[in-house]
Amino acid sequence: MKLFTHNMLSSKVVNGVKVGYPLRIVAKDIKISESEFDKEFVKRIISKINWKVFVNAAKQIGYGKDLSEELINNYENNEEYLKKVHHLLMEVEVMNGELICPETHRVFPISDGVPNLLNED
Amino acid sequence: MSRPEHLAPPEIFYNDDEARKYTQNSRMINIQLEMAERCMELLMLPEDEPCLLLDLGCGSGLSGSVAEDSGHIWFGMDISDSMLKVAKEREVEGDLLLGDIGDGVPFQPGTFDGAYSVSTLQWLCNADKSSHKPAKRLYTLFSTLLACLGRNARAVFQFYPENVHQTDLVVSQARKAGFFGGLLVDFPDSTKAKKYFLVLMTGGAMPMPPALGTENTQINYTSKREKMTKGRATKLVKKSREWILEKKERRRRQGRTTREDTKYTGRSRSGRF
Repeated sequence: MKLFTHNMLSSKVVNGVKVGYPLRIVAKDIKISESEFDKEFVKRIISKINWKVFVNAAKQIGYGKDLSEELINNYENNEEYLKKVHHLLMEVEVMNGELICPETHRVFPISDGVPNLLNED
Repeated sequence: MSRPEHLAPPEIFYNDDEARKYTQNSRMINIQLEMAERCMELLMLPEDEPCLLLDLGCGSGLSGSVAEDSGHIWFGMDISDSMLKVAKEREVEGDLLLGDIGDGVPFQPGTFDGAYSVSTLQWLCNADKSSHKPAKRLYTLFSTLLACLGRNARAVFQFYPENVHQTDLVVSQARKAGFFGGLLVDFPDSTKAKKYFLVLMTGGAMPMPPALGTENTQINYTSKREKMTKGRATKLVKKSREWILEKKERRRRQGRTTREDTKYTGRSRSGRF
């Protein structure tokens, strides 16, 4: 699971959860994959994602310690910065671990890079 | 023909054996790819712009690879662990998620530029557990999907409805959830090539895209009588020159002796006679 996915994921599907966002990540195994850098696309996703949630998530898995709580000004023209964000969003992948619902504290396992959000009856 | 959704729930039917078919059986692969391509076409995404797409019931990620080829980024959701395992083996680009779309789509509002689904929706029309109510599960899917789609985004579902009641159920639940659009049937006259697409739109009613194989809606037939009067609006006036000429022509075709056509044919007498 990429951090980009985590940024958009909530546990709303589970019965009784109202917001279910952001989910807390516990990472046991992290893989770095390669993904093509597209400047325009990264700019578009930055405008879409919840920045604070992204920074917190990166810190939870031990990355992005030098990221500021707020998005820096003029990031559009800072290619190095865009590349760094791209790396964290699209290339760092949590292979094994857990996602924890902020409301019910239910644990959703991540195995082989696939989070399991199935409802258990 | 037996329908897989009658045999077992999807998470059990798509086991390791069934999942392997989606990497080995070229017929199945081709059908999936063809359907996914048609879905992409119906989504009408802006050109030359990478979009974020959601693949509902992505399975082994075959349909996702079509999205990749068009330069889009996709997320896949499926209920079958085995199918997702195959997708991982194929090293697809999209991020995957194990979940039941009948429980809703767990994404933040306004995330996606479009959603598509190949051969999945018919599974939701069946109740596999006593707690399952098809209408309610379809409504949950459509309403949560509507929430996570961006403005003017579309959702296209290719599916195999079992009967008219299923199509009615699906369309009515989609409308109830707030989608515009409806059902599109490609090649409606052919039993084999017929394909159902549910084309859903957000933000206003737009004209439906045209279906394939419907250009020639009239059945061509020929009848002797039709052929003879072809290109003529009304019957000829009796005793007129044209009527006589045609009658003589008909007699000639029948091989009967007929006087040749002259400038006097069909002319009335002067009265001096």
